[in-house]
Amino acid sequence: MSAPAQEIFDCRVAFADELITLAREDERIVAVCNDSVGSSNLVDFAKEFPDRLINVGIAEQDMVGVAAGLALSGYVPFVCAAAPFLTGRALEQIKADVAYSQSPVVLCGMSPGMAYGELGPTHHSIEDLSWLRAIAGLGIVVPADPNETRSAVRWAAAAGTPVFLRVSRFKVPPVTGDTAFTFGAATTLHDGSDVTVVATGTMVSRALQAAEQAAEQGVSLRVLNMSTIAPLDEETIRTAMRETRAIVTAEEATTTGGLGAAVASLVVTSHQPVPMRMLGIDREFAPTGSTAFLLEHFGLTAADIRAAAVELAHV
Amino acid sequence: MCPPVSSKKRTAGALYTTLAAIGFFPKAELDTFAGPLSPLNGHPNRIKVPGVETNTGPLGHGLPIAVGMAVAGRLAASSRHVYVVLGDGELQEGSNWEAAMTAGHRRLANLTEIVDRNRLQQGARTEDTSALDPLDDKFRAFGWDALELDGHDHLAMLDAFTAPRGERPTCIIANTIKGRGVSFMEDRVEWHHKVPSALQIEAAAAELAR
Repeated sequence: MSAPAQEIFDCRVAFADELITLAREDERIVAVCNDSVGSSNLVDFAKEFPDRLINVGIAEQDMVGVAAGLALSGYVPFVCAAAPFLTGRALEQIKADVAYSQSPVVLCGMSPGMAYGELGPTHHSIEDLSWLRAIAGLGIVVPADPNETRSAVRWAAAAGTPVFLRVSRFKVPPVTGDTAFTFGAATTLHDGSDVTVVATGTMVSRALQAAEQAAEQGVSLRVLNMSTIAPLDEETIRTAMRETRAIVTAEEATTTGGLGAAVASLVVTSHQPVPMRMLGIDREFAPTGSTAFLLEHFGLTAADIRAAAVELAHV
Repeated sequence: MCPPVSSKKRTAGALYTTLAAIGFFPKAELDTFAGPLSPLNGHPNRIKVPGVETNTGPLGHGLPIAVGMAVAGRLAASSRHVYVVLGDGELQEGSNWEAAMTAGHRRLANLTEIVDRNRLQQGARTEDTSALDPLDDKFRAFGWDALELDGHDHLAMLDAFTAPRGERPTCIIANTIKGRGVSFMEDRVEWHHKVPSALQIEAAAAELAR
């Protein structure tokens, strides 16, 4: 007998809904976008706050610069744009005008990872975490589900510091209950004693499924939801190194500089490193296919996470 | 007094000197300029230097930020007017034209841009590199009011700043001569980014005092 299908959600819906709620409470909240009103799910925001939606057109460098100008004038801008173009095209603006200037801009990378499936690598945003983690002073937040997205949006509006918020379009099941997002803190969604899986974003629900599957094989997995990539929750990783024998990381991004690389840096420079596996995409452009197909292609299913963890448990 | 957004990157020395003269920080601090751990970096940082409202350094960043400030002024129904100073060479950066389009489209009459039109960039003359002329017509085509004046004529500048604004953003093209008044520097591309020796400083000061 198969388990009932889990209901799954596009996090952009929760994102837009929370942004509207915040905008009603605080007139400093504005949205800045690059013709991305539809793809960022801002249609209702635009209806309710037409003056507070600043659509600069298809012009990402201008978009981030304008947001910095708004932030420096006391507004709280949420830049909403497809993640590949926001991070790739405006990278220097993100570095100089937002991070180095400590302008409190919330950069919302919509539809990240391989959410655009068949549209191909030009529209995929798998490099974003590597690019942005190299920039000082920029928080990087990757919510795992709608509840955490809402909570992270609310936190970001009040943070007063530069943040990148990666908002998933690929539908995910709820995994965080009503737990509030805490910046810089991982949450343990499933406790275990053999191997720790550190997952982020779309990979968190898959890691939880992997834990169930591994249990059937007698392997106990701890699943951490690492919804803040920078700064990394080093204490929770150190505890996992002490209490479990190995670590697997899972992210819908390149392994060159994102979550896996962050965790690996900590692990290899510690006194007692543990074996590790990094699941993600290793400097490769995706072939043609849907998001679900590509996640399978790159070994990012629950079964892949389970296999990697079980293998390490027996090392 | 609100310092303007300065997008021109190689004017940090002049900006720091001005801010110290106004009293944003002690003049003695100017002596630390570009020294180890000095707040006065080669390119200004708003966190480290009182009075600096935006960072400067990479070219083509000032105008989009100024547009954001003008949009903010509009949203807040503020009477504040935003001034931004650009080098002419940096207008080769496409980000400026994205921002020029936004400002024109939104009819940001609370924004004034001053282009230091000295016609020199690091490697050669602007018109020999990637020509900018006709600059006034370019901005008009983007929905701005544009005017040209002698950038060394302070009264003409004052008139332009205080003239009533129309319904569009204003671009003031200030024609200048780099190194004006110093015979060996005037309009010479090598002085775009060169540090004078002590002797050259003395010679230049003597010429300017005449």
